[in-house]
Amino acid sequence: MSEPILQVRDLVKHFPVQQGIVFKKTIGHVRAVDGVSFDLNRGETLGIVGESGCGKSTLAQVLMRLEQPTSGRALFEGVDMFGKKSASQLRQLRRDMQIVLQDPYTSLNPRKTVGDIVGEPFEIHPEVAPKGDRQRRVQELLDTVGLNPEHVRRYPHQFSGGQRQRIGIARALALKPKVIVCDEPVSALDVSIQAQVMNLLGDLQSEFGLSYIFIAHDLGVVRHLSDRVGVMYLGKMVENGTEDQIYEHPQHPYTQALLSSVPVPDPSVRDRREAIRLTGDVPSPANPPSGCRFRTRCWKAQDICAEQEPELAVRRDGGRVDLELADGHPSACHFAERHEHVVS
Amino acid sequence: MSATDDSTGGSSESRLLEVEDLHVEFRTREATANVLNGVGYHVDAGETLAVLGESGSGKSVTAQTVMGILDTPPGFVTKGAIRYRGEELLSATEDRRRGLRGENMAMIFQDALSALNPVYTVGFQIAEQFRFRRGMSRKDAMAKAAEMLDLVKIPNAKQRVKEFPHQFSGGMRQRAMIAMSLALDPDLLIADEPTTALDVTVQAQIMDLLDELRRERGMGLILITHDLGVVAEVADRIAVMYAGRVVEESDAESLYKRPAHPYTEGLMESIPRLDQKGEQLASIKGLPPNLANIPEGCPFHPRCHRATDECRRKVPELLELRPGRYSACHFAEELISSE
Ligand SMILES: Nc1ncnc2c1ncn2[C@@H]1O[C@H](COP(=O)(O)OP(=O)(O)OP(=O)(O)O)[C@@H](O)[C@H]1O
Ligand SMILES: Nc1ncnc2c1ncn2[C@@H]1O[C@H](COP(=O)(O)OP(=O)(O)OP(=O)(O)O)[C@@H](O)[C@H]1O
Ligand code: SF4
Ligand code: SF4
Ligand SMILES: [Mg+2]
Ligand SMILES: [Mg+2]
Repeated sequence: MSEPILQVRDLVKHFPVQQGIVFKKTIGHVRAVDGVSFDLNRGETLGIVGESGCGKSTLAQVLMRLEQPTSGRALFEGVDMFGKKSASQLRQLRRDMQIVLQDPYTSLNPRKTVGDIVGEPFEIHPEVAPKGDRQRRVQELLDTVGLNPEHVRRYPHQFSGGQRQRIGIARALALKPKVIVCDEPVSALDVSIQAQVMNLLGDLQSEFGLSYIFIAHDLGVVRHLSDRVGVMYLGKMVENGTEDQIYEHPQHPYTQALLSSVPVPDPSVRDRREAIRLTGDVPSPANPPSGCRFRTRCWKAQDICAEQEPELAVRRDGGRVDLELADGHPSACHFAERHEHVVS
Repeated sequence: MSATDDSTGGSSESRLLEVEDLHVEFRTREATANVLNGVGYHVDAGETLAVLGESGSGKSVTAQTVMGILDTPPGFVTKGAIRYRGEELLSATEDRRRGLRGENMAMIFQDALSALNPVYTVGFQIAEQFRFRRGMSRKDAMAKAAEMLDLVKIPNAKQRVKEFPHQFSGGMRQRAMIAMSLALDPDLLIADEPTTALDVTVQAQIMDLLDELRRERGMGLILITHDLGVVAEVADRIAVMYAGRVVEESDAESLYKRPAHPYTEGLMESIPRLDQKGEQLASIKGLPPNLANIPEGCPFHPRCHRATDECRRKVPELLELRPGRYSACHFAEELISSE
């Protein structure tokens, strides 16, 4: 396999927690992303799942360089994204990575026409589409995402939620990026519309050879679109593997509980599925538990879980790290154990 | 004929609620939106009816009309009947309806935070009902409130009653809402998207809780949702709504096995499933109709892959195809007997 297009290593983003009105004093840190590593392969989709507040959007923001990382590295086609770069490297990077956001209602400027919104990236990168050619390019993009090219002069409020999401996708495609980070792009949509947008994302990927980082809390949506999946909990990646490894043989207790909690749309399996129910809530990322962060909700927790943080590594059943293990995948649990049939 | 006809079981004692041919419109200066166009469904004691449908199909407005909390104006009931244990509600006095709320029927909402008052403790808000509707002393009412929090499995309930809503997590607030709605022991509970704002692990806890409470108390539960997964896990019967009508009604198992309406079929094929890696999803083309201008004939016809001339002309009625199975489609019989 070719070299991954994006390699992320030990990425950390902490937000200061401040107190005081005049003299602000930092009293702690929200450890939103706390040492995350993964590879994104060319032309593939990496799904990122996890509950609210686990750091998915923060990860996306840092990768888009909308937030400065606290520490860690990311290589895009071998170039250090956060290190010193030449002006041309910087421009290229800005073109190559784009983002699509969840909320089609607030992520588009209501006072601009669709044509302006989709064509905006050309203002900053005129080399992609010379001025005389822009209108045609914008209409082409609208057509690509299944919108009527004649609607360039309409405003966002004249479109439905699903159509607005298509506008956001057209804008992301304008500069012919290599990677698109999708942060909950279909979460606000009804199922029938969600399916339309997911199909579109799939078609665009095969047409343009795009790589996606696809963030969602709907595990069905993520499975459908992803080649590989990373599971996050409280700023950490706790398990990471192919779509089949994560959904059919999850090893980490959190992944197992998460999958078991998702209702399956089939009344005939109602009482046959095993229910793993977590108690309690996710602890605060400003003050995460020592050792394994999942231990306050984990039914398998032992003393060692409070003392020693389990690293994300390929493990045998029982938890022993074995980097040589054939068809293994990394998980961060001292007692990792394959568990089949969580989803059906 | 409608799905509320008595021909299909459910003795008159167990029939809690019947909604029949309900029409509601919202009148604004620009237009009149025909939001409900003949909704009918019923719930028996101890059963869970899931009301399924996409955004804007009229699920919440139906529930609000049942509860007597419809926004009037702009909303007006123009036709129909709502019967609670046989008693007609649309013609009942406001006093009578207020008396039924909480005592006989209660409702919980998606957004527990905005339904709870931020300046009073959770316990105070639950206790209020015991004080004003049951004439209990402040102290006794607080003790009852703690019992209610315990019932919905909030740990350390005696302490927690003294806390404010913002000190509760999302899941705990939803539990507190459930406690509040059950305080006066209603026999009908309407849950309007009770878990949509919650994480999936917490959603599972809350659904288990609701199901358990329904069973223990023999309540009728109307669960409003657009999540086909949640429905499959808890519903006894399902009513699918589209553009202010019930277009299909069925027991849960048969509906998932073989939908009798193209809209239901489309919804099923649109869900990306957890238990299989799919290819292209079969999506429903187009958008839901503008309620100020609903298409002639079958309201689903512009999006329906089976639509014929007949569909464009004639509104299909909700008809019973098999015992307990209803569909409003000219081709329902073909759909249900295919394969
Ligand atoms: N700018 C910020 N300042 C301080 N804290 C922040 C900031 N942005 C995010 N956080 C905190 O970081 C944590 C991770 O948030 P993030 O938005 O990344 O989560 P998420 O996984 O995207 O959640 P959701 O599923 O709800 O979108 C949360 O506790 C959040 O409150
Ligand atoms: N107070 C109101 N004023 C005007 N229109 C309203 C009002 N409440 C509801 N509507 C309209 O009635 C229609 C049905 O709304 P309703 O809230 O019942 O939909 P729903 O099926 O519950 O959808 P959702 O899944 O989004 O909650 C919508 O078109 C909505 O805009
Ligand atoms: S390391 Fe311990 S607490 Fe963490 S997931 Fe594994 S068993 Fe549970
Ligand atoms: S009546 Fe016609 S348009 Fe309506 S759902 Fe049936 S086939 Fe489709
Ligand atoms: Mg987020
Ligand atoms: Mg609603």
